[in-house]
Amino acid sequence: MTNGGKYSRHIEETPVKRHRFRVFFRIFKYMFEHPALITFALCLMLLSNALVLTGPQLSGKAIEAIEPGVGAVDFSRVFFYCGLMAAFYAASSLLSYVLSVTMIHLSRSIVARMREQVFDKLMKLPVSYFDKNQTGDIISRMSYDIDTINASISNDMLQICSSIITIVGSLVMMITISPLLVLVFVITIPMSVLFTRYKSKKIQPLFRRRSAKLGELNGYTEEILSGHRTIKAYHREDTMIGRFDGYNDESIEAYYNADYQGAMIGPTVNFINNLSLSFISMFGGVLYLFNLTSLASISTFILYSRRFSGPINEMANIISELQSAASAAERVFRLLDEPEETHDIDGALALEAPRGDVGAEDVRFGYYEDREILHGISFDAPAGKTIAIVGPTGSGKTTIINLLMRFYDPNSGTICVDGSDTLTLTRKSLRRAFTMVLQDTWLFGGTIAENIAYGKEGATREEVVAAAKAAMIDDYIESLPDGYDTVITEDGINLSKGQKQLLTIARAMLPECSILILDEATSNVDSRTEVKIQSAMAKLMEGKTSLVIAHRLSTVRDADMILVLHNGDIIERGTHDELLRCGGFYASLYNSQFN
Amino acid sequence: MRTYFNYLRPYFGRMTIGLAIKFGGTIFDLLIPVMLELIIDDVIPTGNAAKIYYYGGIMVLCSVLAVLGNVIANRMASRVASESTRLLRHDLFVKTLYLSCSQTDKFTIPSLESRLTSDTYNVHQFTGMMQRMGVRAPILLIGGLVLAFMLDPVMTLVLVAILPFLGVSVYYIARKSVPMYRRQQSATDDMVRTVRENIQGIRVIKALSKTDYERRRFDGVNKALMKREEIAGLTVSATNPLMNFFLYVGLTVVIVVGAFRVNAGTSAVGKIMAFMTFFNYILNAMLSVTRIFTTYSRCSASMSRITEVLEAQPELGVIKTDDTDADADGADGEPAADAPHIEFDDVTFSYNGKRDNLSHVSFSLGHGQTLGVIGATGAGKTTLISLLLRFYDPDGGRILIDGRDIRTIEPDELYEKFGVALQSDFLFADTIHENVRFGRDIDDEAIDNAIEYAQAREFVENKEGGTGFVLDIKGANLSGGQKQRLLIARALASSPDILILDDSSSALDYKTDANLRGAIANSFEASTKIIVAQRVSSIMSADLILVLDGGAVIAAGTDAELRESCDIYREIAESQMGGAILD
Repeated sequence: MTNGGKYSRHIEETPVKRHRFRVFFRIFKYMFEHPALITFALCLMLLSNALVLTGPQLSGKAIEAIEPGVGAVDFSRVFFYCGLMAAFYAASSLLSYVLSVTMIHLSRSIVARMREQVFDKLMKLPVSYFDKNQTGDIISRMSYDIDTINASISNDMLQICSSIITIVGSLVMMITISPLLVLVFVITIPMSVLFTRYKSKKIQPLFRRRSAKLGELNGYTEEILSGHRTIKAYHREDTMIGRFDGYNDESIEAYYNADYQGAMIGPTVNFINNLSLSFISMFGGVLYLFNLTSLASISTFILYSRRFSGPINEMANIISELQSAASAAERVFRLLDEPEETHDIDGALALEAPRGDVGAEDVRFGYYEDREILHGISFDAPAGKTIAIVGPTGSGKTTIINLLMRFYDPNSGTICVDGSDTLTLTRKSLRRAFTMVLQDTWLFGGTIAENIAYGKEGATREEVVAAAKAAMIDDYIESLPDGYDTVITEDGINLSKGQKQLLTIARAMLPECSILILDEATSNVDSRTEVKIQSAMAKLMEGKTSLVIAHRLSTVRDADMILVLHNGDIIERGTHDELLRCGGFYASLYNSQFN
Repeated sequence: MRTYFNYLRPYFGRMTIGLAIKFGGTIFDLLIPVMLELIIDDVIPTGNAAKIYYYGGIMVLCSVLAVLGNVIANRMASRVASESTRLLRHDLFVKTLYLSCSQTDKFTIPSLESRLTSDTYNVHQFTGMMQRMGVRAPILLIGGLVLAFMLDPVMTLVLVAILPFLGVSVYYIARKSVPMYRRQQSATDDMVRTVRENIQGIRVIKALSKTDYERRRFDGVNKALMKREEIAGLTVSATNPLMNFFLYVGLTVVIVVGAFRVNAGTSAVGKIMAFMTFFNYILNAMLSVTRIFTTYSRCSASMSRITEVLEAQPELGVIKTDDTDADADGADGEPAADAPHIEFDDVTFSYNGKRDNLSHVSFSLGHGQTLGVIGATGAGKTTLISLLLRFYDPDGGRILIDGRDIRTIEPDELYEKFGVALQSDFLFADTIHENVRFGRDIDDEAIDNAIEYAQAREFVENKEGGTGFVLDIKGANLSGGQKQRLLIARALASSPDILILDDSSSALDYKTDANLRGAIANSFEASTKIIVAQRVSSIMSADLILVLDGGAVIAAGTDAELRESCDIYREIAESQMGGAILD
């Protein structure tokens, strides 16, 4: 947090020109997933534009009927045309409402689809992605960025289409009136185009920055709010506020820069339009002096050129919104393009009815290329046996689990389940073979019953209760006002960490699988409760290959094999008694609890 | 929205200047068509080239002034919007951080997060837009109406008669859409909550192959959000067509009325034609006004969510002492010399008001003494710490530090005393040094010492860059035990009066844990220590050990006393000492 630019690796300035085009193309691709809606919307738009254009004709006819003047007004025609006018405008209003409804429907469908894709993507990303990217920033992409795209699709697209129609229509009319006067636009239109292009290029990075900064602000907010208790305990609110101000200032500044640069385009294009009006009137005057045009044509021409400039102004105003949508879309697409967990290799096999033989052969691995954590680990865990992994913290115990579950793949060496290299198995079937209870308990915002049943689809209430009983958490659950239907709030606030661990143990009891991983599963459970759940744990481990990581040496004593891990190497292996007898590292670790 | 205007108030001066400039720019903008008509109707027919250039030049000048005015005013508007939002967001964050724990629980973190970001963002957008569009539209509207009125009052009145209908429908829609936007925002909260939960539990979800299940769950919230967005969108998008309809119907009536007036000789056809030009101004102005209104309803919904937090009653305020305290000792703010350092006096507390999570807990602890707390999972150990840290206030009884009720101590003073390692670890993506320093004014030497005492030096030195090593989010690139040691180092760094370790060495191996205890005993002799632990070995040398069960203290004493008197304690101790090897 001290160096504000830390997350800047995610805002890297990509070469943009082609890139931006591709972003728009990709948004269009989403739109064309709904060809029927798009066609319908286009038809509606043409129709309602046609109706709007007919309106003035009708009013002209009505006025014609009034024209004869005092006492001679043809009322029946006036009423006829006015009635028609009212009908036309009513129809056009109705059409434009239907059109908005269609566009809203279209944009929501697209946006819902995008959110779904992003979420799918999150499920497919390697777990390390979430260690490097702030949750808040990801959330910002799903809320703010997608919202921005949404607004742009439902408003701007319509506006642009109808503007283009008006512009083309007016231009044709003007050419038919006076091709000479149109020459004025030969000067001013390129001016507008050049200016907007220049400006858009200039504001592109500003909008990109705006999206990124908002994401960072969200990331920081999320991080801080998650730690609010610690902040309270240290009374560091003011420090955190100071840092927040840094992020806030940056995001506000980024907004401001994009905002006012964007807000310059409208008035400037308007200025160019006004300029062309001035030129037209002067040039037209000169033409008139040389008898090259009539007064009437000049004034009609001006009428059309004003109608022409309206939509151009509108488009100019929209440009900044489009830029902002494109920047937002870019962030969403970048997330969608992140490399996923490596795909299962071609012809990967599904692991069926696994027995649970687990083996590792000379496995080397490091989270960073230049820092190896495991230096050639080999071990064998025959089906049904219990293997304990002990060692000082940071020696690589959890890393072994990460490799077994294929959260990561080893740099070299192989890990086998039932004799097949796990790289040749489908991830899904491999993970199905495991159940794990981790030190980091995770409960979601559902009822307690749902949380316990999480590991087994369609688990009955009886099974849930039995699991809770075995994990010694049933009494507590029953003491809650809603029992098993108590909803666990946000961070499971009233559950102690030990209780959460018991719930995750109960959860692990339901699914049927052949390999069990216990990573400090009971570290926050008091030892009396631990003793009480021992029979349940024994039952849980029964018939399964169990890999147990624990510091409490009492929990590893009964393992069939103990691996002592130190700085990424297995330095001792054997049963508890064997290891004690040889008086090595394990023995000294074990004895330290009595000193 | 009152709060909203309070935030704008300091900028009223600048807003006025900005609006005045905008006003000027708009006037010049509007002068251009007037000049144009002048040139065509009066100047060109004279055939005087010089005059044509002259007036053409004035038009160019008007255009320049218009663009200058608009750009300057827009820029000022952006500034005002940015600065007021900056302040609003700052205040909201301050308030959010100072919410009590139970208030945070109630608002929920995802909701607070989106109030701080997307809600303030909506407000920002509206503030800018209101200033940019809020001038031109009224000028066009009023100007158009005045010109039309001068032309033909009767026809104008017909049009004006339409306006109330318009006003009412726009107002009605805006009003109706505010709660819809509110619901949309809370649906967004639900989505954020789900995403957040999934990111936090990603390992478990993958391990249990629940990604398809989670997809379905997300699909539910996504659909719900989409529905909310659609409802709000459909309502708001009725505004424009309705307005078009009313105005054009008005125009039709104007023509009919005009026909009668022309027939009666009280008006002329030319006037009707000119009237239609002004009508266009009015129409465009109204379009802008409605756009402001729809953005307004979104802003208003967001603002009410923000205000809800800003106006939350401050809880856990500091009670001013005015010597009415029954035990007057120390009530004047001076620590009483003979008072125990920490005292719990019959403290009772419940999270939900139904079941006591802590009942009638009393103990006292002298300066430099160590308190050990042990007990079953859910016995109330962490609750006891939470109360001492004043995350919550007890429902009954008092907690005293140096004889003073902690409710009477200013937070600055109260929290200065503590060094805390909580169970729920909070490490952030920054250097090890900063994670230990935690924004406090602590010199590098003290931090290095703390790292040493916490038995973290060896692994820290092995990291690239030592204390400059940058942690991943939530310290994901550290092992569980490494994280715990950094948290302990953080607690030790300030050499606190009161050191609280809440089950914070559970991931340490026995050797490290023993070394840690030794270091604390040697170097923090003066600190009063409260240690919550599962392992008897962590607390057995404590001066006082509390055995908690179901929120009550069932036994208190030293290790030796409790081994004698308390079955539960003995049971725990024996289960951990694994008698076998001692034989």
